[in-house]
Amino acid sequence: MNKPIAEAIEEPLSHNQEHTHEQHVHRDDTGSKMGMWLFLFTELLLFGGLFILYMAYRHQYNADFHSAAKALNMTLGTINTMILLLSSLTMALSIAAIQRAKKGLSVFFLIATLGLAAAFLVNKYFEWTAKFHHDIYPGSETLLDGSSGKYIFYGLYYTMTGLHCLHVIVGMIVLSFMLVFVLRGSVNSDKNVQLENSGLYWHLVDLIWIFLFPLFYLIH
Amino acid sequence: MNYNDTTHNEHHTGYGGYVLIWLILMGLTGATVAVSGIDLGDYILFTALLIASIKAYYVVTVFMHVKFDAPVFKIFILVALFVLLSVFILTSFDVFYR
Repeated sequence: MNKPIAEAIEEPLSHNQEHTHEQHVHRDDTGSKMGMWLFLFTELLLFGGLFILYMAYRHQYNADFHSAAKALNMTLGTINTMILLLSSLTMALSIAAIQRAKKGLSVFFLIATLGLAAAFLVNKYFEWTAKFHHDIYPGSETLLDGSSGKYIFYGLYYTMTGLHCLHVIVGMIVLSFMLVFVLRGSVNSDKNVQLENSGLYWHLVDLIWIFLFPLFYLIH
Repeated sequence: MNYNDTTHNEHHTGYGGYVLIWLILMGLTGATVAVSGIDLGDYILFTALLIASIKAYYVVTVFMHVKFDAPVFKIFILVALFVLLSVFILTSFDVFYR
């Protein structure tokens, strides 16, 4: 479907330019989406590198990884997985709503997505605070005195879930802007590629968590 | 004429369709948690990653609309995944058989 691009190029030639100039500003939604996907691929490489590190160290310290992971709160991890999945649903519904010109519904689902993202962060806060209380954080005495495998496991845990958290926060900032745009009407049923691209970013955040969850919380 | 028609007036997935995919994703999450309690030996990691990949497939195809996007997006993603997988496989040969 290269049609939009091809037509965008041909359009000035095939149309009366004075007339079309007022009709619409040049816009290429497919190109915009493509740019977003290229950005997402760089994110994939960023996290991919960390996953490779995880793979190599898990191979080297398999037993330590298993015993260290037992201290992670599986229930909290599962709840957070469900929260993110639900937020992915509300994000998709928000886009579907704006495309059907249902502004109110779209706003409602966007706010729901933001609320779920905040709930995810609150859970993460409690999870990390509990770990700090048990003296498990990079450089803590418990970890320094323990096995190097355990130290590396928690190093990876804090780096990978921390970087993921950062993405959740960035996603919330982006979605807050989208909320304003939808409310103002600059993102509407005709022009909503910004919201779609923000959705792509949000789903990527969910995708990364889908792999982080079993690798950290579900190894016994 | 509006050349954005092709990307904007296509409502492929209804609200119900998204909810259905979400229910599948929740079911798979339940499955992966349940399976983690069973001692499958060497297959634990494999099963966990398999379920995670199925979940990722649904998120990418339906939630991220790739199923309905132009073929060029599918090619993009396949190439990116191929690169990532190659790096993983080549690194694993180095790590596992050193």
